[in-house]
Amino acid sequence: MAEHIVSSYDNDLQALRRRISEMGGIAEKMLVDAIQALVRHDTALAQTVIASDKRLDVLQREVEENAILTIARRQPLAVDLRETISAIRVSGDVERIGDLAKNIAKRALAIGSDFQPQKIVVGLQHMSDLVLGQLKDVLDAYAQKDTARALDVWKRDGAIDALYTSLFRELLTYMMEDPRNISFCTHLLFCAKNIERIGDHTTNIAETVHYLVTGETLAIDRPKNDRSIDTSAEAGA
Amino acid sequence: MSSTIAVNTSSAIGNAAAADTNAPARIAVKKLNFYYGDFRSLKDISLDFYDRQVTALIGPSGCGKSTLLRTFNRIYSLYPEQRAEGQILLDGQNVLLPSIDVNELRARVGMVFQKPTPFPMSIYDNIAFGIRLYEKLSRSELDGRVEEALRKAALWDEVKDKLRQSGMGLSGGQQQRLCIARTIAQRPEVILLDEPTSALDPISTGKIEELIEQLRSEFTIVIVTHNMQQAARISQFTAFMYLGELIEFGPTTKMFMNPSKKQTQDYITGRFG
Repeated sequence: MAEHIVSSYDNDLQALRRRISEMGGIAEKMLVDAIQALVRHDTALAQTVIASDKRLDVLQREVEENAILTIARRQPLAVDLRETISAIRVSGDVERIGDLAKNIAKRALAIGSDFQPQKIVVGLQHMSDLVLGQLKDVLDAYAQKDTARALDVWKRDGAIDALYTSLFRELLTYMMEDPRNISFCTHLLFCAKNIERIGDHTTNIAETVHYLVTGETLAIDRPKNDRSIDTSAEAGA
Repeated sequence: MSSTIAVNTSSAIGNAAAADTNAPARIAVKKLNFYYGDFRSLKDISLDFYDRQVTALIGPSGCGKSTLLRTFNRIYSLYPEQRAEGQILLDGQNVLLPSIDVNELRARVGMVFQKPTPFPMSIYDNIAFGIRLYEKLSRSELDGRVEEALRKAALWDEVKDKLRQSGMGLSGGQQQRLCIARTIAQRPEVILLDEPTSALDPISTGKIEELIEQLRSEFTIVIVTHNMQQAARISQFTAFMYLGELIEFGPTTKMFMNPSKKQTQDYITGRFG
């Protein structure tokens, strides 16, 4: 895209992109570390994750303030307006992803080294790997304005929902087996839910990328495979 | 109608009605070419202007937007070296034909310029002057027409007690509304506005924009503006011109949110050059 006649306008938009790229990097690392902290009972790592969230919040506020200033100063139109609005949206989604990762880290601290069934932990790790791949892809799609790649992320979210449903059932089974499992199972269930929510935020970002590039909103419904609401205790057993 | 038309927020932030894509064409321009001597300044322009819609003409200086506007009432024909070829159909009638009475045409297609151009006479006579040219009215009928025009131009309450004072004594924004009132008084079908607010302060600009939105219910309006946000706020359709050519025409929302042509996007986002 050609540069603006007013070069400081380009600097404004670049500054927005740079901050979002930094936010994306932090959020990715927070998710990786939070899961590691959970799997390895690494309390120090969990504390690091919790601390990183502050930087994410600061960056998100900066993106919002700068985007608002850009609107006030330059009255962006067409692709510039979409870029500015998209920056606000994406930074909001990434900030929420950070919150959810932080919540996993807090639960890692709460669970400590309680018994954790290996199967569940492996399942969580697998789910988080999938979501992490989605997050990386969607952030790249945003940086490169690649709507095909964003749509691909958007379509793949169904697999994460399906995995969440199966983990949900499994945790339910553990809880019914022995009430002493309820405490850590509940924490793990929330962790799984958090990962699933992170997946939802990546699909939001994918939708924003599509809007940013094409100027149109995605009108069709996303494929969903979350069946946990249909799962009763009996069915889980 | 209240005189001091407040710039209500809906118009200030741009709440122009959506484009009515089913509105009939009031002016249909077909293969229009325009020459200043040997220089061809409009190149095969074909474009419809819809009934009771505001169409904004945008583009860099020298792109031909004012030239296009000036063909609609043949005001260019004041200059012998300027000529237009092609067709401009006003309600189906080609206004470029030599048989057309240009004075009658200019009553049907009114025009307001960038700088307010009140006549050096009283406010009342500024309005009455044009009416007297075409119609023989009684004093009270004429009074009624003057008041009607001033009311429609949202100026009545500000000037009703000084109709005998000179129109030159009004503020710039009031003078511009006086010129709009003068145009409306002829009961035209089309109003052409050539950068009507570029010499005005933001408050006067807001009043003119509010006025344009109201006039749209009665007239077909074509406005040339360099203010992109103004075009986005007040028009239903936008045409982008460059170097004498029509590059893109469409509903304003589409033109400013997601234009089809790269040149349009570059121009409206300030990347042209």
